[in-house]
Amino acid sequence: MDFSSFSTLTFLATVMAAATPIMFAAIGELVVEKSGVLNLGVEGMMIFGAVCGFIAAVSTDSPTIGFIAAAVGGAGISFLFVILTQYLKANQVASGLALTLFGLGLSALMGHSYTGIKPPSSAKLSVDGLSDLPIVGRLIFGHDAMIYLAIFLILAVWYFLKYTRGGLILRAVGENHDAAHALGYRVTRVRTLAILFGGACAGLGGAYLSLVRVPQWTEGMTAGSGWIALAIVVFASWKPLRILLGAYLFGGVSILQLNLQAMGADIPVAYLSMAPYLVTILVLVIMSADRKRASLNAPASLGRAFHASS
Amino acid sequence: MIRLEPRANPSKTMVFLTPILAVIATMIAGGILFTILGKNPFEAIRIIFLDPLFNEQFASYARPQLLVKAAPLVMIALGLSVGFRANIWNIGAEGQFIMGAIGGAAVALAVHPLESVLLFPLMIIAGGLSGMAYAMIPAILKTKFNANEILVSLMLVYVAFNFLAAMVTGPLKSPIGYNFPESRNFQEYPSAHNAELIANTGLHWGVVMTLGLVILCYIILTRHIFGYRVQLMGQSPKAAKFSGVSPNWMIVICLGISGAFAGMAGLFEVAGPAGKLTTTFPVGYGFTAIIVAFLGRLHPIGILLAGLLMALTYIGGELAQFQLSLPAASIQVFQGMLLFFLLATDVLVHFKPRFEKRKTI
Amino acid sequence: MKLLKTLLAGAALATGLAGGAMAEDKTKVGFVYVGPVGDFGWSYEHDQGRKAVVEALGDKVETSFVESVPEGADAERVMTQMALSGHKLIFTTSFGYMDPTINVAKKFPNVKFEHATGFKQADNVSNYSARFYEGRTIIGHIAGHMTESNTIGYIASFPIPEVIRGINASYLAAKKVNPDVKMKIVWVYTWFDPGKEADAATALIEQGADIIMQHTDSPAAMTIAEEKGIYAFGQASDMKQFGPNARLSSIIDDWAPYYIARTQAVLDGTWTSTATWDGIKQGMVGIGEFSDKVPADVQASATAIKDAIVAGTMHSFTGPINKQDGSVWLKDGETADDGTLATMNFYVEGIEGDIPQ
Repeated sequence: MDFSSFSTLTFLATVMAAATPIMFAAIGELVVEKSGVLNLGVEGMMIFGAVCGFIAAVSTDSPTIGFIAAAVGGAGISFLFVILTQYLKANQVASGLALTLFGLGLSALMGHSYTGIKPPSSAKLSVDGLSDLPIVGRLIFGHDAMIYLAIFLILAVWYFLKYTRGGLILRAVGENHDAAHALGYRVTRVRTLAILFGGACAGLGGAYLSLVRVPQWTEGMTAGSGWIALAIVVFASWKPLRILLGAYLFGGVSILQLNLQAMGADIPVAYLSMAPYLVTILVLVIMSADRKRASLNAPASLGRAFHASS
Repeated sequence: MIRLEPRANPSKTMVFLTPILAVIATMIAGGILFTILGKNPFEAIRIIFLDPLFNEQFASYARPQLLVKAAPLVMIALGLSVGFRANIWNIGAEGQFIMGAIGGAAVALAVHPLESVLLFPLMIIAGGLSGMAYAMIPAILKTKFNANEILVSLMLVYVAFNFLAAMVTGPLKSPIGYNFPESRNFQEYPSAHNAELIANTGLHWGVVMTLGLVILCYIILTRHIFGYRVQLMGQSPKAAKFSGVSPNWMIVICLGISGAFAGMAGLFEVAGPAGKLTTTFPVGYGFTAIIVAFLGRLHPIGILLAGLLMALTYIGGELAQFQLSLPAASIQVFQGMLLFFLLATDVLVHFKPRFEKRKTI
Repeated sequence: MKLLKTLLAGAALATGLAGGAMAEDKTKVGFVYVGPVGDFGWSYEHDQGRKAVVEALGDKVETSFVESVPEGADAERVMTQMALSGHKLIFTTSFGYMDPTINVAKKFPNVKFEHATGFKQADNVSNYSARFYEGRTIIGHIAGHMTESNTIGYIASFPIPEVIRGINASYLAAKKVNPDVKMKIVWVYTWFDPGKEADAATALIEQGADIIMQHTDSPAAMTIAEEKGIYAFGQASDMKQFGPNARLSSIIDDWAPYYIARTQAVLDGTWTSTATWDGIKQGMVGIGEFSDKVPADVQASATAIKDAIVAGTMHSFTGPINKQDGSVWLKDGETADDGTLATMNFYVEGIEGDIPQ
């Protein structure tokens, strides 16, 4: 095996691109789960965002409009989940699964006449001089704007949850919706907003796939990314900054095995691919075992329906 | 504005009325969808819902196929419903389904080409135990470390997928399959083949067992103390504890049952209709079964009907595809709508809509 | 429920569309696809073949298809329903449909089946496949000339004979014109996953590849090649729109001639069970036009190879060829027989790494 051709920097830069779609989806789902809602429809929202973004970008020739449309589309389809779970009190697990089925089907229908088209390319953020710097240049500069937006979103969510009143309310709702309701917070409204935010983020993640990373539209192109995003939220133990780490780990393992293969290494692909999920379970166990610490992270009302009794 | 008022007891009328409402709503919405796609909506809906049951050309074949398609869904959903009633959320049935299939198949592949009447029963047991063992992981992590079983069981689905890939490209790969990632074909191994019991009825041991389990679950859940305990656990773990039920044991038992059911379903599927282990043989039964469990309102008879309804949309959907040139995606959307409407109308069972004027605060 | 059914049945009757009252004078031809017709790869090309049948035979046939059919039980059911609804000829277009096709064919002796890429045959089941390796010889030749880093990246799906044959054929052709050439192979264990194929392409490029070949279905690798300013070849379809600068040529699956001929045979009542393995000569494997990036002399030599293959004066696997372990496979002048090609499970000498087992 020849390690000399392995460039850590290029590797990291690729991982950053590979991790971005799942990062978007995961940070959105984190906010949803922090509000006490488990939306398993991430895959459906992602692919719907992917197709909305693609159609909009192709029709307007503007990737920016594409991304906006993807966010709107993702939020739009998540509104179905809002109606079902927040207003009609349907079970969240079943509703999320139905949303995935629906999203996969609807996106395929909408995208039918858009296969085989090349989307407008997104501009790279290259700052003269800076992008050519050794090491930092390649790593920090020279990506497309969406990579920075994803990282910015993570920081913003971290700040929001930690330092703002809105974040406090969101966490209170997720922790104990009855108490939050008694305090006068509008549980349903908070959760609705959280779900819409989650949908918009998933939509952006999907559009990053169809507009930047692949870039093309094909049916079923998310190929399970939404499910990985769900795993990352758990891996991150509901801490925003760890989403970054989780996305890089999950994205990294996939890229690493492809790179190792390209270098000629004989590796057990399947076993390596299951590793991140086992690590996630381990993290979950360590975190949950200490009940005090667990309660600080995992939203206690996760997945439970709320109905105001008064 | 409309306000929802909880009912003291679930409405009996609504339990029967809502599925019909949902199907009608789906027909209307689906009809609109098919019209947009340029098809005759009446024809499309007739083909999906009625042709598999009544069309002379298809019905004699499609009716038994309904059972074949519904059997794994119903079997898994039955197991899940026990846990769901007790508020124990195993959503990793897909993983247990895969592990059951691998475990049962491995037994047969280990002794191939030995022919014995004992082999198939052994495979069923191995399948059930593999599924159960796999479900014990979230059960133990939940009881010992308080780890959320929803998330652990979901993670284990991905692990199972990769394990399946490792098995069919490794130890369980068919030695006569030209390095294709698949196991031997069980349809060519008489002792291990989950064959049709009576020709052209679709009935295989999995279908028979599913029907048996429906009855068993019905009796246990409605007539047996265990069913009462499950109910109690679901309403209040504290109350359950007071009446002498150990919540931890309930978690282990419920996950064990659902894992075993899913595992057996996996084995029946792989040894019969699917025929061999491949990376593509799990087609999402484990996840669809969660929806089936809810559509059936966690009731064994309801689950049976819900499973059959889902199977009908699959089989009718295929008919509609090649008869009307509808894209597969439109059938997926149609199924999605049906699920949405069924879940949405569910609200009427537990809540009473009250129309009232907005109060001024 | 019953009332509802009656109502619906009535509505259907009223619109005059009840029952299987289809025009019976047309011959029904069915197609079963493993992916969506919009995959722009494998299933898409089969559907192009179906459309060609409609175009060629017009109102004598009525075609229908079901897409995204999982291999196994679902496939068997779809085929049975097609047979029940009066289809006289059914094309099943994925390797995994082999056993289901044989099973269903037993039940419908009067229906003809055509199974793609398998090796089983029956009285009413033909199988057919394409000698894609002939196309790989041509693109391998071009790649050998065009690579500057002497490194060709290969995105492979599953380690089955079909894929290994393609790797060997490309490598042999490239090495012939460029003895220093190396081939880096990445197994992605999927036929279709645009994200993963894109990542695999990126990984190969990072490892020094400046030309990408693929044996997967999506055009993702082509778009990456375009973006990184290197070369690639279209796979299954031409893929020019995905890489106007990157694309050098392409291997195109062209099922149309075969599908038309077989349908015509059913119409004429001359259909017999056959095993077909056609190549460039019969038009089942198409070579996309060469990009102007390919120098004229290379275009000429590639065309010469193509002509020689068509004329039957050249075979992709002509000795002397050694296996990877150095043992002799083909002596000087000897060509590979179809049996060995169909079960190929070894690399030829010079390829590094092991076939995953």
